[in-house]
Amino acid sequence: MTIDEIKIGGLGASRRRVEDNRFIRGAGNYVDDIVLPGMLHMEIVRSPLAHARIKSIDVTAAWAIPGVRLVLTGEMMAARNLAWMPTLSYDTQAVLATDKVRFQGQEVAAVIADDPYIAKDACEAIIVDYEPLPAIVNPTQAMAAGAPVIRDDKENQPDNVIFDWDVGDKDGTDRAFAAADVVSELELHYPRSHPSPIETCGSIADFDRSTSKLTVYMTTQAPHIIRAAVALVAELPEHMIRIVSPDLGGGFGNKVPVYPGYVVSILASILLERPVKWIEDKTGNLISTGFGRDVYLKGQLALRKDGKILGVRMQTESDHGAFFSDAQPSKFKIGLMHSAFACYDVPTAHLTSRGFYTNKAPGGVAYRCSFRVTEAMFFQERMVQAAADDLGIDQAEIRRLNFVRDDDFPHRTPFGFLTDSGQYGKCLEMGLEAIGYEDFLKQKEEAKKNGRLLGIGISTMTEPLGAGNSREYDILGIKMFDSAELRVHMTGKAILRTGAKSQGQGHETTWAQIVAHELGIPAEDIVVEEGDTDTAPFGMGTYASRSTPVAGAAVSMVSRKIRAKARKIAAHLLEVSEEDVEWELGRFFVRSAPDLGVTIQECANAAYSNIPDGMEPGLENNAYYDPPNLTWPFACYIATVEIDPLTGVWDVLNMVAVDDCGVRINPMIVEGQIMGGLTEAYAMASMQFITFDSEGNCVGSNYMDYLLPTAWETPGFELHEVVTPCPHHPIGAKGIGECATVGGPAAFVNAVMDALQGAGVRNIDMPLLPDRVYEGLTEGRDVSGAPPIRTDA
Amino acid sequence: MTSLFSEVTPEAANEVAVKRITVGINGNKRTVDVEPRLLLAHLIRQGFKLTGTHTGCDTTNCGACTVLFDGVPAKSCTVLAVQANGHEVTTVEGLASASELHPVQEGFKDEHGLQCGFCTPGMMLTAKALLDENPDPTEDEVRWALSGNLCRCTGYQNIVKAVLGAAAKLREQNGAS
Repeated sequence: MTIDEIKIGGLGASRRRVEDNRFIRGAGNYVDDIVLPGMLHMEIVRSPLAHARIKSIDVTAAWAIPGVRLVLTGEMMAARNLAWMPTLSYDTQAVLATDKVRFQGQEVAAVIADDPYIAKDACEAIIVDYEPLPAIVNPTQAMAAGAPVIRDDKENQPDNVIFDWDVGDKDGTDRAFAAADVVSELELHYPRSHPSPIETCGSIADFDRSTSKLTVYMTTQAPHIIRAAVALVAELPEHMIRIVSPDLGGGFGNKVPVYPGYVVSILASILLERPVKWIEDKTGNLISTGFGRDVYLKGQLALRKDGKILGVRMQTESDHGAFFSDAQPSKFKIGLMHSAFACYDVPTAHLTSRGFYTNKAPGGVAYRCSFRVTEAMFFQERMVQAAADDLGIDQAEIRRLNFVRDDDFPHRTPFGFLTDSGQYGKCLEMGLEAIGYEDFLKQKEEAKKNGRLLGIGISTMTEPLGAGNSREYDILGIKMFDSAELRVHMTGKAILRTGAKSQGQGHETTWAQIVAHELGIPAEDIVVEEGDTDTAPFGMGTYASRSTPVAGAAVSMVSRKIRAKARKIAAHLLEVSEEDVEWELGRFFVRSAPDLGVTIQECANAAYSNIPDGMEPGLENNAYYDPPNLTWPFACYIATVEIDPLTGVWDVLNMVAVDDCGVRINPMIVEGQIMGGLTEAYAMASMQFITFDSEGNCVGSNYMDYLLPTAWETPGFELHEVVTPCPHHPIGAKGIGECATVGGPAAFVNAVMDALQGAGVRNIDMPLLPDRVYEGLTEGRDVSGAPPIRTDA
Repeated sequence: MTSLFSEVTPEAANEVAVKRITVGINGNKRTVDVEPRLLLAHLIRQGFKLTGTHTGCDTTNCGACTVLFDGVPAKSCTVLAVQANGHEVTTVEGLASASELHPVQEGFKDEHGLQCGFCTPGMMLTAKALLDENPDPTEDEVRWALSGNLCRCTGYQNIVKAVLGAAAKLREQNGAS
């Protein structure tokens, strides 16, 4: 009897999520829910200034408060060689400041007390005497002659330049520009944003003197990397460190780096020999932890009159804050920025990129992004639309003309990536039909006659997801593979563990579906565990949409290893040779006698009770998967908007998304990821950004200033799919978690700019706040959002 | 956390720095002594050990800490525990009966109305309060009612579906009974 794969929760089933059973009861287990016996509480003193020399720190009054157990300053950290720590980008970052503070919100001291209220009281009692220094809040200031050197702690750092890097073919690109009919230019700023999961960062460090073992419960998307980092930074033996990442209240890249709070809580627990809990407040999270973006672009396209792109020139300047702690594993200084224009057949391209220190929070995390691809695709799609406008050609037509064609794969991009699959034209046409493109263009013209401003924006892109391969991607030298371990019990039930770490993506549900697909074991018979380094196989964690491409592939591969052993057991049970055994989902049978068979469950039982002579008992295995390439999903997002010319307020009329992420494991979850991503795209386009005044004060340090869209503002989305299986992934899947965040913003911005056509404005920087749109419309000029912002507005 | 709240013992009864309060929590009356500055969210989480109420932003914006205060949604991170004296508080743990889930809970699971789960308890309690008052809301009414609760994962569309689905189910149940 053939098993119905959908019924057992296999590939393609919109299986309801396993993890929901605890979340809807309020029975999740987040870091702050964990209470250990004798646990103390830590709070952090942060710098109110963006740039200042520390003259003195007086902690006397803090120590005098009853219930205070420990006060730590940079000086005390330095005595243990822990005042500084390495970053993921081979720089150093202050744990607690010793010499200077370099951004507002930087960690200066910490108090550990019996409860968090006492710890906060004691933080208030700490007196820090600062000598203010001029603050640098953008790359222009950072590179100016005579600018104060922010990183005077470093040798051989005479200025604020972190890197000066380029990629592509400069000469070839120069020739293409010389031969172009038209050169289209665009300058813009992708503003600093913050991933801002609703749950902030936190940790509970628990050092047990009797065993010398350190257990850290913490908000991390990459527990094994943290274990390696703690071993290096704290000089503790790796087998004596256990990192546990429990349920995470969102991550979006924010929970990848190592933060000072974690390190200080670990030292405090070692010194006090008691568990120490640190739970960051929202302001601490927004002003000190990993941000995303903050990149300036000067872009140029060399074009033939008909719209064919002949060459691409991109010049970026990026603002990395006070420490270069970009969380990205590639060998490329500005991440995968040079994945730009991958979906277009562009003959030649050149990217120059300079990174700068400023007096702003460090981070540069891949905020729902595969390492700067969000900026890359936004720049690409804004440049393409500006080119269409300059040439007076249709924005769909310019894309059709330049797309890599379905029969051109594998395709080498102008910057050297190898894309392997896609049906770009089909996705675009599906999107245009869904939004009613031709009709909308007519409506727009009609509306214009009545003074109404309608616009339509398209964004199409393919992006590289699923780092690594190990040739080009590593963190701290550790190659970007991932892993899965599967144990099938004697009743045919199973436990699966992986090196990834869900933060809401639903791995407990989807990984079981892959096993069900490979082995025919019902998904409900498989429990999935992640996040505990003592039990999970070594893996690089979950970010940059890499779980399904890498860990998901490992789940397939380990299942296949299990199936290979089960086949031998089946041959033994069926008393035939292995070559005569055939597989169908959930069952082996004799080729010549299909009725004669054994189920996978019967094989599992025999693995423990009736093992063939000479065979190792048990039915367990693991797999480490090093992907041969990144996966390349494609997306087409189209938005229509209407601007109120009297206020600059714009509303989304419709939003259509066509996503091709290859084979979908759980369509319900895939759609959830897309809708969540589109919402963050809308957020960045419309309201969400972190900026700074000229003194380096963070504007956006709480949810009253840092605006996130609610259910009221967020538009509805219409989703469509195209499936082009990934040629190298075991089940043909590609990454999806971040596609909409990456590709979405340009659709909204292009739509608003389309509505403003003829007003004399070529660009308004995100977010497209009503006052910026109004200014662009009425003044007929570009509107920059770069800090320092006007503070009188 | 002994200094912030404690179950009342005869020895503690004469201390001056604390305030004695009685709070109804999911139908059970609890009498505790608390510091006047203790926040309700912390009393619920650390005092009553009901960790389904999450704190997200500390500024009444995100709504992760939403509880029902005499049936009305309230953000417990900016309510003092002493303000709850003599009042009824419902948390997510009080949403389901012993044997079955509330239709709002079922709706969130059926419609994939949650991902990381952190905003979910507050979101569901706000939804329950809406449906208690308005059994047949429009999509706009649902979106407006939920606009004090932030979600970073879902994009809200499935949450709205979940609430509308729960409303239909509740109407059916109430019509049938």
